Amino acid sequence: MDPELKRVCRDIRCDIMTCIGHLGVGHVGGCLSLVELLAVLYFGEMNIDPADPKKKGRDRLVCSKGHAGPAVYATLANRGYFGKEELLTLNQGGTHLPSHCDMNLTVGIDMTTGSLGQGFSCAVGAALGAKLEKDGARIFTIIGDGESQEGQIWEAAMFAAAKKLDNLIGFTDYNKLQIDDTVAKVNDIAPLAEKWRAFGWNVLEVTNGNDADAVRQAVRTAKENRGSGRPTMVILHTVKGCGVSFIEAMGAANHNTNLSEEDARRAIAEIRGEA
Amino acid sequence: MEMRAVYAACLAELMEKDKHVVVLDADLAKASGTRALYERFPEQMFDCGVAEQNMASIAAGLASYGFKPYIESFTPFATRRICDQIAISIAYAKQNVKIVGTDPGISAELNGGTHMSMEDIGVIRSIPGMVIFEPVDAVQLRAAMPVLYEYEGCVYIRLFRKELPTVFPEEYRFDLFRADMLREGCDVSIFVSGMLTADTLSAAEELAEEGISCEVINVHTIKPVDRETVLRSAAKTRAVLTVENHNVIGGLHSAILETLATERIPVSALGIPDRFGEVGKLPYLREVMGLTKEDIKEAIRKAALLAKKE
Repeated sequence: MDPELKRVCRDIRCDIMTCIGHLGVGHVGGCLSLVELLAVLYFGEMNIDPADPKKKGRDRLVCSKGHAGPAVYATLANRGYFGKEELLTLNQGGTHLPSHCDMNLTVGIDMTTGSLGQGFSCAVGAALGAKLEKDGARIFTIIGDGESQEGQIWEAAMFAAAKKLDNLIGFTDYNKLQIDDTVAKVNDIAPLAEKWRAFGWNVLEVTNGNDADAVRQAVRTAKENRGSGRPTMVILHTVKGCGVSFIEAMGAANHNTNLSEEDARRAIAEIRGEA
Repeated sequence: MEMRAVYAACLAELMEKDKHVVVLDADLAKASGTRALYERFPEQMFDCGVAEQNMASIAAGLASYGFKPYIESFTPFATRRICDQIAISIAYAKQNVKIVGTDPGISAELNGGTHMSMEDIGVIRSIPGMVIFEPVDAVQLRAAMPVLYEYEGCVYIRLFRKELPTVFPEEYRFDLFRADMLREGCDVSIFVSGMLTADTLSAAEELAEEGISCEVINVHTIKPVDRETVLRSAAKTRAVLTVENHNVIGGLHSAILETLATERIPVSALGIPDRFGEVGKLPYLREVMGLTKEDIKEAIRKAALLAKKE
C-alpha cells in the first residue's frame, strides 16, 4: 500500500475515533468503512483546493449517506479545510460539524444530506449543472447499501443514465449491514452490480473496498469513463467498522453506538498498531 | 388568457434573459403550459419523467450549482408527495428553487380526489423559510413572475392553470410581501386568496345593497402573511372572514387566525370543510364544498353579525 495514503487513512481513522469518543456516541461503523475512499478522493483524485473551497469548476463530493459526516469532517480537517481542534465540537450545540452533512455550516461540504436517497439526486443535479456549465467538474457521490433501498436512488439512477452524465461517479459503501440487521435479511439489494448495469451505468467492483490502492485504481478507471456517455458506479465491498476489531465485532449494532473516550483510546492504539 | 399561458410566457422571458433559469417537469409539462418551451430552450428544460422526488432533489443540486430551477407538477405531487425533499433538499439546504403546483384544490375537477390538494398550503406553510404565493388573475401573475425570480429563496407558487376573471387593473403594482386592498369597508374584513377572489369581491359589492360594508383584501402571499395589513383591517372592522380553495385547516384561515390569535376578534372560515375531493366540474364542486357565490355571501352576513364593536 502507498505508505503516504496509508498514513492518511490511519490519521483520518484516529480522528474519527477521537471526535466520536469525545462526544460519546455516533455513527461509527459507516464512518470507518469509508475512510479509504475519502482519503483517495481528497488526497489526490479530486480537483479541489482547500484554500479556495468554493472554487468554480472544482470537483464535488456529495456524501448522500449523510450520517458519515464525521468521516468527511475528519478527512477535510486532515486536508486542511479547517483545524483539527474543530473536530472536537462534533454535535455540540452551535457546532459547524453536525452529525449529518450541512453545506451551509461546514467549509468544504458541497451538499446538505441526511434524508437518505436525496443527496444522490442532488449529486445528479450537480452533475447536470456541471455539464451545462461545461466546466469540466466531476461529481462524486457516496451512497449506503441500506440507502439503496430508497426508491429515489433508482429514480436518480435512471435519470443520470438517460441524461448521459458521465461526469458522475457514484460509490456504494457495500458493508452489508444496516441498522436493524444485515442488508440481506432486512431487504436484500443483491444482485447489486446487475441492477446498476441494468440502469445503464458503468459498474466497477472493488472486492476489498478498504484497500486504498485498489480503491484508488477503481477511481482512476472510473474517471477514464468520461466520454463513455454513462455514469459510473463503483461498488466497494467494505467492512462496517473497519480498522477497529471491537467495533467490527459489534456487527449491525455499530451503526450508531456509544463510544467512551477510553474506547476511543483503545481503538486508536489498535489503528496505530500499538495494541 | 389561461394562467398557464401567462406563466409560460413569463418563464420564456426569464429563460431568454438568464441562462441559469431552468425548468424541470415530471411528465406534466403539457398541463403546466410549458411543453412548447422544450424546443426553444433545449438546454434549460428538463423532463424528469414521473419521478417527483428525484425532480425536487435534482433541482436542489442544480441550485447548488448556481442555477435557478422551477419545478412543476400538479399541486398534490408538487407538495405532499415530495414534502421531505422540499423540506430537506430545498428549504433546509437553503436552495433557490421555485415550486410550481398547478390545479390547486377543487380546480383539479375531473381528475378527482387523488389529484386534489386540500392540504398543500398547510404542508408547505409548516416548513420554515418557505414563501407561498397564489395568484388571483393573469395581471397579478404577470406582475409577480419577475419579482419571484428576483427573490432568492424557495417559493411555492400555487397556480390555477386555466382562465380566471380579471381582478386587477393593468397598472397594478405587485409587492410580494404586501396584501392587496381590493375594496375598503368597515363592517367585515374578508381575506381571500386565489380563484375565489373575483366572486368574493362581487359578493361584497352586492352586499352593500344590504347595508354590509365589506373590506376585501387579497392575500396573494399566504406565507409570510402581511401581518400589518391584516391587523390594521381587523382592528377597524372587528369581524373577519377568510375565503379559500383549501382545507379550512392549515391554509389561509389558519394563517389569519394565527395572526389575530390575541386580538379578540372573531375569525370565520369559508373553505374546504376538512374533507377530500371528488370528481366533477367546478360549479358542481363549489356547490358540494359550499363555495358558491351565494355561500360566500351567506358567510359574509354571518361573519358581520359576529362583529364586536368596541
